[in-house]
Amino acid sequence: MLQFLVRRLIVAILVAATVMTLAFILTRLSGDLAISIAGPNATQADVEAVRKAYGLDRPLTVQFFDWVGRAATGDLGESYFFKTKVSKLIGERMPITITLGLTGLVIALVVSLPLGILAAVRENTVLDRVVQMVALLGQAMPSFWLGLILMITLGLQLGWLPISGTGSWQHYVMPGIVLAFSAIPAITRLTRAGMIQAMGSDYIRTARAKGLSRASILLKHALRNAAIPVVAIAAVQLGFMLGGSIVIEQVFALHGVGFLAWESIGKNDFPVVQAVVLVLAVIYVALTMLADLMNAVLDPRLRGP
Amino acid sequence: MSIVSVTAGPKRGWKSVSTWIGAVIVGIALICAIAAPLLVPHDPFAQDLGKRLLPPFWMAGTNPDYILGTDQLGRDYLSRLIWGCRISMLIGVTVTVVSALIGITIGVLGGFLGGRVDDAVLFAITTRLSIPVVLVALAVVGLLGSSMTLLVLTLGLLLWDRFAVVARSTTMQVRNLDFVAAAWCAGCSRFRILSGEVLPNIASHLVVVATLEIALAILLEAALSFLGLGVPPPLPSWGLMIAEAKDYMFFSPWVIVIPGVALFVLVLGINLLGDGLRDLFGARSDP
Repeated sequence: MLQFLVRRLIVAILVAATVMTLAFILTRLSGDLAISIAGPNATQADVEAVRKAYGLDRPLTVQFFDWVGRAATGDLGESYFFKTKVSKLIGERMPITITLGLTGLVIALVVSLPLGILAAVRENTVLDRVVQMVALLGQAMPSFWLGLILMITLGLQLGWLPISGTGSWQHYVMPGIVLAFSAIPAITRLTRAGMIQAMGSDYIRTARAKGLSRASILLKHALRNAAIPVVAIAAVQLGFMLGGSIVIEQVFALHGVGFLAWESIGKNDFPVVQAVVLVLAVIYVALTMLADLMNAVLDPRLRGP
Repeated sequence: MSIVSVTAGPKRGWKSVSTWIGAVIVGIALICAIAAPLLVPHDPFAQDLGKRLLPPFWMAGTNPDYILGTDQLGRDYLSRLIWGCRISMLIGVTVTVVSALIGITIGVLGGFLGGRVDDAVLFAITTRLSIPVVLVALAVVGLLGSSMTLLVLTLGLLLWDRFAVVARSTTMQVRNLDFVAAAWCAGCSRFRILSGEVLPNIASHLVVVATLEIALAILLEAALSFLGLGVPPPLPSWGLMIAEAKDYMFFSPWVIVIPGVALFVLVLGINLLGDGLRDLFGARSDP
């Protein structure tokens, strides 16, 4: 178990290091940053001053290792636009994005677990087809468009939910539904497949032979085994949702990390952009590691020799 | 047909109605994409401020010359929709070609050579999955300026993961089959075995992945264009049409409903066709 943990941790650190390098290269793609920071009306002297002030006159390798060294200690640099620590900015915005992601995940699980179980129990019936059709429809739905349609219908015409902002819990319902749509197809399909596989296994036949109730067989025996891949995909989907929330945050004017990144791209505020890329990647890696761990706890066979 | 499909699913394929629906949708989209300049009733770029926001045919006050109405600058909505289909399909297909080249190369090499190479391939896939696609694509376009070529290259460089995963796992299955061993014995080179024996036998799986990737690339392009960092205006990308019409959506909802439904139907059609092909080939498309 310990060896398993250590190996996963080493991979995670290597991935983070690679993403850091890529994020650094990414933000240097635009050419001379000092010119874009100084603005269109800057003189040559202004540009030179900016270059000195932000340390952009140093060789790229020095800048890179400076950034990596600081990031390793949690210092992600300072925003050019907001003039504050990037870590503080991200820290302030992160709760909104996390709340949104978790809301989306909960909605997705509440919808897709029953759907997947239902489709598996009624395999190859009309009900099963309908569930698979729902998954297909969800997969084809453009999330930003669904957001706008919900704003028009639930927000404006019916007046049930607030259209934008972050004032109360109701503000998270519509964006949560939209975000959930991106995860529902995958989770539903996996739950269905897992349940069908579990229902055909020997231990279910044993449970049936023992005369256990249908509910007990379904929920205690089959679901627990079907849950293993579902837990993994749920964690991965949460990672994707946090990364993908940039679009939803923009639609609903939720000032989370995605919104911050979007603003910063427009302002050439590259310390923020590279930090958000890094933070989202690290969160994703951490979530997949967590999923592997939970799997190992649920299924001892996965722990390896 | 594929050698790998030992556990073929229910063979519905062309017998299924949904496959045909998908094929018809994709067929119409292809015709629109290829023949767009011949099909458009008006110039999709011509503005006429005297005819702004004309409603479509099912609403009162419609103009029979403009079946789907006009946008906020008086441009014919049907013409822009057809032109937008061309852009969506073009981006979907080109992005998929780029990502297929990268993903299949990486995946086949990892699956075929195994060992250290495969470790490196797995690591590359893990790293790629940890990178937030939308954010990085936005950042690249935001920093370098929006153009179609840049958009295609960026998305292509970001979306190869599923090709790599499927190419790797199917290659591993094919690698140990008898006909590959026979080719080794016959003295075929590595390259010959990869191109002549392995690739043809994993191709059906890759075709299914390609349909999924085209759909995904179309959705991503729309999202990026919607955020203003995708296809540059005045090109009528469906995502851009939705973004431009957003300010009017509370008074005339059809301005966002029409391009959104088009996007939804096209992606659904591609997915339906992909599912049909998967059943037909008995292929797996999930990692």
